[in-house]
Amino acid sequence: MSEESLMLANDQAARRRVSATLALLVLVTLLALVSLGVGPVRLSPLTVIEALFGGGSDLQQVIVREIRLPRAILGVAIGAMLGLSGAALQGLLRNPLASPSLFGAPQSAALGAVLVISLGLADVRSWTLPVAAIAMAFASVFVLLSIAGRNAGLLILILAGLAISSLAGALTALVMNLSSNPFVVLEIAFWLLGSLDDRSFRHVLLALPFIAAGAVILISLRNNLRALTLGEETAQSLGVDVARLRLAVIAGVALGVGGAVAVSGTIGFIGLVAPHLVRPLVGHDPARLLLPSALAGAALLLTADIAVRIIPATSDIKVGVLTSIIGVPFFLYLIMRERRSLSGGPA
Amino acid sequence: MSAALLTARTISVVLGGRQVLHDISLALPASQLVALVGPNGAGKTTLLRALAGLLPSQGEITIRGDALSSLPLRERARRSAYLPQGHVVHWPLPVRDIVALGRIPHGAGDPARLAPTDAGAVQRAMQATDVADLSERRVTELSGGEKSRVALARVLAVEAPVMLADEPTASLDPRYQIEVMTKLRNAADGGMLVIVVTHDLGLAARFADKVLVLSQGRLVAQGRPTEALSPEILADVFRISAYRAEHQREAVIVPWAGI
Repeated sequence: MSEESLMLANDQAARRRVSATLALLVLVTLLALVSLGVGPVRLSPLTVIEALFGGGSDLQQVIVREIRLPRAILGVAIGAMLGLSGAALQGLLRNPLASPSLFGAPQSAALGAVLVISLGLADVRSWTLPVAAIAMAFASVFVLLSIAGRNAGLLILILAGLAISSLAGALTALVMNLSSNPFVVLEIAFWLLGSLDDRSFRHVLLALPFIAAGAVILISLRNNLRALTLGEETAQSLGVDVARLRLAVIAGVALGVGGAVAVSGTIGFIGLVAPHLVRPLVGHDPARLLLPSALAGAALLLTADIAVRIIPATSDIKVGVLTSIIGVPFFLYLIMRERRSLSGGPA
Repeated sequence: MSAALLTARTISVVLGGRQVLHDISLALPASQLVALVGPNGAGKTTLLRALAGLLPSQGEITIRGDALSSLPLRERARRSAYLPQGHVVHWPLPVRDIVALGRIPHGAGDPARLAPTDAGAVQRAMQATDVADLSERRVTELSGGEKSRVALARVLAVEAPVMLADEPTASLDPRYQIEVMTKLRNAADGGMLVIVVTHDLGLAARFADKVLVLSQGRLVAQGRPTEALSPEILADVFRISAYRAEHQREAVIVPWAGI
């Protein structure tokens, strides 16, 4: 193949990736507009745009700009962070079944937050909450990867993840068990289900800096994640400090997931599903997967958060419940697909 | 050997409490194909990984006069390229993108947007290994022989002065074995120092300028193939006898019987 035709093929693949990414961006924007219009008062996308830029009635402006905008922003940011974390972990471990929720990161972050709330260390809108959530998320992923060791097999990772999320769940239950105030317990129980209801700009300010920091870290690691395609040893021989890369991915995931969990509770499985949805569109390169996977994550969470407001139910369904109900069957499907590597063959 | 490109001085490696390598010293010049041979468990792969700086060792390794331990990871990676056993590729990327990974030590990022020098190196490596036609194919769909050529292209794309290859001919049919060794021979003739671990004494005798014989973590012989693979060494180290001859003015050594 000549150099020109090589470049041409390169161009075609690159163009397909760019258009897929742009399409996802448009989708996220549209979903955000729909999200701003959905609720007890339904507003058309045009009214929403008008209200966003200071038009329409005062009521419409309050609904769109103060009630629903924080919710939509959190939906985009948290969904994107979960999608990005999933893609980064899958790249780090060269494994399509990796994701923050399977490794117990959100559950551990929730434990951190619950501890802070129930010990009365802070109210639910203080900085202590995300910091505790991030610390626990970091600890959980760090412990997981330490147990798993280098070039860990799928089975070890998933078993260790199961153990860690069970432990985090048990400790959370213990904290609630020991709590003397039934209202606090109920509050925690609902918060654990994961929701974007009634979130204000306070919440956005609380989560966004951590999510942004986590995202910047993960995206800056993209070329090193690509080098890991050849395995840890070869990546090291190409000048990648693999030990530092691991720590940096853990830190990025912990910052993002911890920040997200602190305001939304646990929202699972978006990190697992999002990378799989975009692989057919942009290919398997772990570096090129990051941004599209983040966009897919944002689209998924926005869709779920719109769905919980549209689905008729006597009591409102929490978005974390919905993502799990959709995510777990998807996980089962992936297990079926990866059956061969799970039963001991080469991954 | 004053013009040594790679030197090792009293290299010792301890793995899991067991001393795997004992005081190995080497001085190897450029433009040579060096075969590293020895029975199973002699420490061949360990020595190769130590030379690549992939595991901690005592003693000093230098490339182009600088101690490996004093160089940043990136600079090390530009001076010696490492080809591990087995050609592991975890994601089904196109061949071109895999070969482009060899440019990471030079700061290359997205394989779709390579700088001209990087693109040139990738192109040269793919032509040298005859994989240019496979450019768009996913590496996971290739045959074993094709995969080994792609792996070779990836390590050539680094354009490092030293190449360390761990059993690049393992599990290849005879034709591909000869092909891979010929490519390594070409790389050496082009100025590289190529160190290749192999179990195939015949290939070592036929292609190498120099053979290093490891036994129980010690370097027990080094020299031209016929000297290093003398009947005495084959008997003592490998516990075999061999048929020895010359064909087309090259040494022929065929392991014949255990002793």
